[in-house]
Amino acid sequence: MLNYTIRRLLFAIPTLLVISFIIFIILDLAPNDPTGNLPLTIPAEVRAQIRESLGLGQPFHIRYLKWLEQFFVNEPLNIFEQWFDVKIGDSANRLRVTSWMSRSPVVDLIVERMPQTLWVVGLSYVVGIIIALPIGVLSAYKQYSWFDQIGTFVSMVGFSVPTFFTGLLLIVIFSVQLGWLPSIYDTTLNVTDWSSFWMQIRQLIMPVMVLALFNAAQLSRFMRASMLDNLNQDYVRTARAKGMSEKVVILVHVLRNSLIPVVTVIALGVPQIFGGAIITEQIFRVNGLGQLLIIGIENADIPLVQTLTFIFAILIVLFNLIADIVYGMLDPRIRYD
Amino acid sequence: MTNSSITEIVSEPLHEHRSLWSDVWRQFRTHTGALVGMAVFAFIVFVVVFGPYIHDLDPQFLDIRNKNLSPSLAHPMGTDNLGRDMLAQVMAGGQVSMLVGVTAMLLSLILGALIGVIAGFFKILDGVLMRLTDLFLALPLLPLLLVIIMLFRDSLRSAFGPETGIFFLIVFVIGITSWMQTARIVRGEVLALKEQEFIIAAHSIGTRRHRIITRHILPNVLSPIMVSATLGIANAIITESALSFLGLGFPSDFPTWGRLLFDGKDFMQLTPSRVIWPGLAISLTVLSVNYIGDGLRDALDPRIRGR
Repeated sequence: MLNYTIRRLLFAIPTLLVISFIIFIILDLAPNDPTGNLPLTIPAEVRAQIRESLGLGQPFHIRYLKWLEQFFVNEPLNIFEQWFDVKIGDSANRLRVTSWMSRSPVVDLIVERMPQTLWVVGLSYVVGIIIALPIGVLSAYKQYSWFDQIGTFVSMVGFSVPTFFTGLLLIVIFSVQLGWLPSIYDTTLNVTDWSSFWMQIRQLIMPVMVLALFNAAQLSRFMRASMLDNLNQDYVRTARAKGMSEKVVILVHVLRNSLIPVVTVIALGVPQIFGGAIITEQIFRVNGLGQLLIIGIENADIPLVQTLTFIFAILIVLFNLIADIVYGMLDPRIRYD
Repeated sequence: MTNSSITEIVSEPLHEHRSLWSDVWRQFRTHTGALVGMAVFAFIVFVVVFGPYIHDLDPQFLDIRNKNLSPSLAHPMGTDNLGRDMLAQVMAGGQVSMLVGVTAMLLSLILGALIGVIAGFFKILDGVLMRLTDLFLALPLLPLLLVIIMLFRDSLRSAFGPETGIFFLIVFVIGITSWMQTARIVRGEVLALKEQEFIIAAHSIGTRRHRIITRHILPNVLSPIMVSATLGIANAIITESALSFLGLGFPSDFPTWGRLLFDGKDFMQLTPSRVIWPGLAISLTVLSVNYIGDGLRDALDPRIRGR
C-alpha cells in the first residue's frame, strides 16, 4: 500500500508538470495583448515598458520556469513563513505570482475567496450526500416500487436540468414571486445574533439546495446501483439464514459493503466543489473562487487564471489519488502491490 | 448461447426473421422512459426545425413598441426588452444549440473511437494513448474551456465571421475535451474482442489489419459508441449553454438557448417567461436524450436483451 502510494505520488509529479505546461502554453499562444484594454493614447514605448513590467519581455521558456519557481518554491515558502512566523532567506524580495488586474499576489486573492466557496459549495456537497444515501439505499431495497420509480425520475431530472436553470427558477419562485429568500448571497454579513444567523441561513438555502440536488441526483444513482450489486450476494443470504434481523442485514452488512465504491465517487467529486460551482456562484453572486476565475477571464488576467486553473488541476489529481488509496484501504479484496 | 438459440427456434417455429436491430428495438420498446424521451425529443426537433415556417416572425425583428410583452396569441412566449418575439428566438436558438450538440458529439465520438480502437489494437501505442487520456481527464475542463474561448474568440471571429467562427471554436473545444470516456470504453471492448476466436481466425486467413478493424472490430464496439453518442449530445448541449450562460459563448444577435437564458436573467422580475422557456427547452432536451441513452444501454446489452 505504501509502495503504491509513493509510486502514484511520484507519477503525479510529471502529470502535473505536463498539465501546468499545457495551461501555460494555451494562455501564452493566445493572440491576446494584455495592454489591449489600455487607452490608445499611450505611446508605444510606454506600452512596451508596461509589458516589460508585467514580465512579458522574457522568452517563453524563461517565463515558464520562473512561474514554476514562483508557484512551487516561493509561494509555499511564504505560506510556511506566515504559519510558523520564521524568516527563510530573502523573503521581502521574493518574486510572487502577481495578478495583473489588482497588482496583489494571486495567492492572497485566493485565500480571500476560499472561505465563501468552501462554505457554500462544501455545505451543498454535504447536504447532497445526506440526501442521496438514504434515497439510494431505500430505492435499491424496494426496487421497482413507486418510491424507486419516483426516485429514478427525480434523479434523472436533477441530473439533466442544468444548475443555471434550477438556480434561476428558484430565484423566480422564491425571490421574485414569493419574496421569501434573498436572491443575492451577501458575503459581508457577520453572524452576531439570532437575526443575522437567520439571515445567513436564508441566503444559504438557495445556492446550497441547487448544488445539493445536482450532487444528490448523481450520488443516489451510484448508491442504488451499488446496493443492488450487493443485495444478491451470497453473504446476504447467509446473514439472513443465520437469523439476523433485516435491519442488521441491510444497514450493517449490505450498506457497509456498498458504501465502498460510493466513497470513492464522493472523493472524486470533491474537486468539482471548487471548479464546478463557477456557474452557481455566478447566479447567486457568491464571491468565491469561481467568480474570481470569471473576473480574471473577463479582464484577461493571465497569472490569476493560470494559477487558479492549475490549482483546480492539482485538486483533481490529488483526489483521484485519494480515491484510489481509500478504495484500497476500505476493500480488502483489492491489492495494488 | 447455442442452447438458448436452439430452444428458441424449436419453441417458435416459422418465426419471422429477427435481425439484431429488430431485437434491439423490441427491447427498447419495453423501456417506457426511453419511448417517452424519444417522442419528446422528436417533438422538440420537429418544432425547432419546422416551427419557424409556421410561426414565421423574424427572431431578430425589433419591435420596440411591443417590448416586454407577456405571452399573447401573437407572441406565445412574449417578447424581450427590444420587442423581439421569444418563440421565434427560442426556435432559432434551438437550431444552433442542437447543431452544436450533434456536431460536437460527432467530433468527440470520432476522436474517442479512433483513440480507443488504436489503443486497444496496437499494443505499442496503448500506454502512450492511455496516459494521454488520463491527462485529459485530469484537466479542469470548464475553466480551460472558458479560457480558450476568451483567448481565441476574437481571432476566429475575424477569420470566419462572428457566427461561424464562434461555432467552430465551441464545437472544437467541446469535442476535444469530451472524448475520454468513449475512448476508455472502446479500448476496453477492443482489448476483450482482440483475443476472441473470430479475430484470430480472420488473422489466420490473412485479413489485413485495417480490414479486421473496419469489418470485425468496429461493428462489435458499435453499441457502447451509440450509448456514448446519445449521452454526448446531452453533454455538449449543457456545456454550450453553460458557456453561453457565462457570457462566453455565442453573441447575443445569434442566440442559443444558453444565451437566451443569459440575456433573460436580468429581466427575470419583469418577464420571467424569458428565463423559463429557454431553460425548459434545454432541460427537456437533455432529459429526453438521457432517457433515450438509458433505454439504448439496456437494449444494446446482450445480457438484458432477450429476457
